Amino acid sequence: MQLKQLANISAALAAASCALLGQPAQAGTVLDDWQFNSAILLYNETDRVSAGEAILTARADFGDDKYLNLGLVVDALTGASATGAVSQPYVQSFTRPSGRGSYDVAPGDTPLDDTFHDTRVQLDANWEQPFAQNWRVSGGGHVSKEYDYLSISLNGSVARDFNQKNTTLSLGLALSHDTVSPEGGIASAFAPMLLRSNFDDDGSYQTAFDATRDRAEDTKDTVDLLLGLTQVINRNWLMQFNYSLSMADGYMTDPFKLVSVVNSNGEVQQNLYENRPDKRTKHSLYWQNKLHLSGSYLDASYRYMWDDWELTSHTADLKWRLPVGGGWYAEPQLRYYQQSAAEFYMPFMLQTDPRPQFASADYRIGKMNTYTLGAKFGTKLAAGNELSFRIALYQQNPQNDGVAAPGVLADIDLYEKVTAISAQVSYSF
Amino acid sequence: MKPWNVFKAFTAVLLLVQLSACSSLGVKPWERGILAKEEMALSSAPLDNRLDDHIYFSKEGSSGGRSFAGGGCGCN
Repeated sequence: MQLKQLANISAALAAASCALLGQPAQAGTVLDDWQFNSAILLYNETDRVSAGEAILTARADFGDDKYLNLGLVVDALTGASATGAVSQPYVQSFTRPSGRGSYDVAPGDTPLDDTFHDTRVQLDANWEQPFAQNWRVSGGGHVSKEYDYLSISLNGSVARDFNQKNTTLSLGLALSHDTVSPEGGIASAFAPMLLRSNFDDDGSYQTAFDATRDRAEDTKDTVDLLLGLTQVINRNWLMQFNYSLSMADGYMTDPFKLVSVVNSNGEVQQNLYENRPDKRTKHSLYWQNKLHLSGSYLDASYRYMWDDWELTSHTADLKWRLPVGGGWYAEPQLRYYQQSAAEFYMPFMLQTDPRPQFASADYRIGKMNTYTLGAKFGTKLAAGNELSFRIALYQQNPQNDGVAAPGVLADIDLYEKVTAISAQVSYSF
Repeated sequence: MKPWNVFKAFTAVLLLVQLSACSSLGVKPWERGILAKEEMALSSAPLDNRLDDHIYFSKEGSSGGRSFAGGGCGCN
């Protein structure tokens, strides 16, 4: 009771002081200046990876166009991921990446390592404000931590408006430092995957396993530059062009991936841990259009990416938001992606060929096209809160880049398709 | 007309239309009604973009373009 009286008194005092200062009294709370966005995504590949991801972001308005943006992401991953080793017409045994334990893969099945369980937490913060007429700056950072991976980054950007704010030029810079510390350490380049069954006892196996390991962890540093041009074309058309440059230096090998060495009959003689270059420079051009078409909104973008791994890609993305009545909108979404193989990608190594400097059989850097078909449905609720649902089908179609499969491999699907379904619920308040 | 010629003609017309419109690119401040709507923001669904970028970063050989390609995670 006393508390309530005190509250009433403080409210009266606040109102009185406002009256004295000639300011209208504010009835709202501090939270009125915060905007929250949240989403939960479930992602499921047929027989492979399942993931759940939750995001909460908050945007605080400090007035005078100053904003603080905060983000929290938590995701959990489980399931099986392709190791890069080739399928065989007989049962194959593989040692887990940690060196402890093994698993078998059935004849004709793509080898998948089913031991992936990881939880990741990411925090990010960003401050943005104007600093002179027509100029805006922002700066921020993020930390992402999972069991065997840590990523820290700092970023900053500056933007200048021209031509009555019809044209905006922006320049961004981001620096990232990643540390990978896989269970069992990092295998040396092309170290053989050893099998416990080939050793007499645990001691000799462990000694041999330890000899294949180089170091406990490694790092990667990335510098990203982003140059952007935003142009208003007319009342119904907004366009964006970006050029981005990303230079990475450090460990970019996937510590869990293998390359199979096969004989002239396509039979696996040995599985080796892959080895990728420790430098990668990527460039991309991105062109986005936002169009208002008689009450509907079209978002159409295209990206061309190329890098010094000789991987090039084209990405086209279309989203068309249409009002469907009752305050709801429907948004069909379509994305098509096509990439060429990195120069050191090979689905397997031939025993008779000289050992290359770099090799990876990871289909994600092989020749591939993918498409995504999705739909989103959303509505505005009372007080401006927004609720939406999204579903999508994601199909990956890895392709043969002209490699002849010898012997038993000729009858095996070396480029297995992957299908994933995702479902997402978002709520803004 | 072969399809390729149709495409070339269409592109040429589109370019001409674009060039002729160049002198009047942009709008006056009082013509921004539609552009100011949140549906017209370049990133009108930032969480969708973040989730999508994370999936594609983990599953494909490319990243970035719309925003920083960066480091991020040891995703599988």
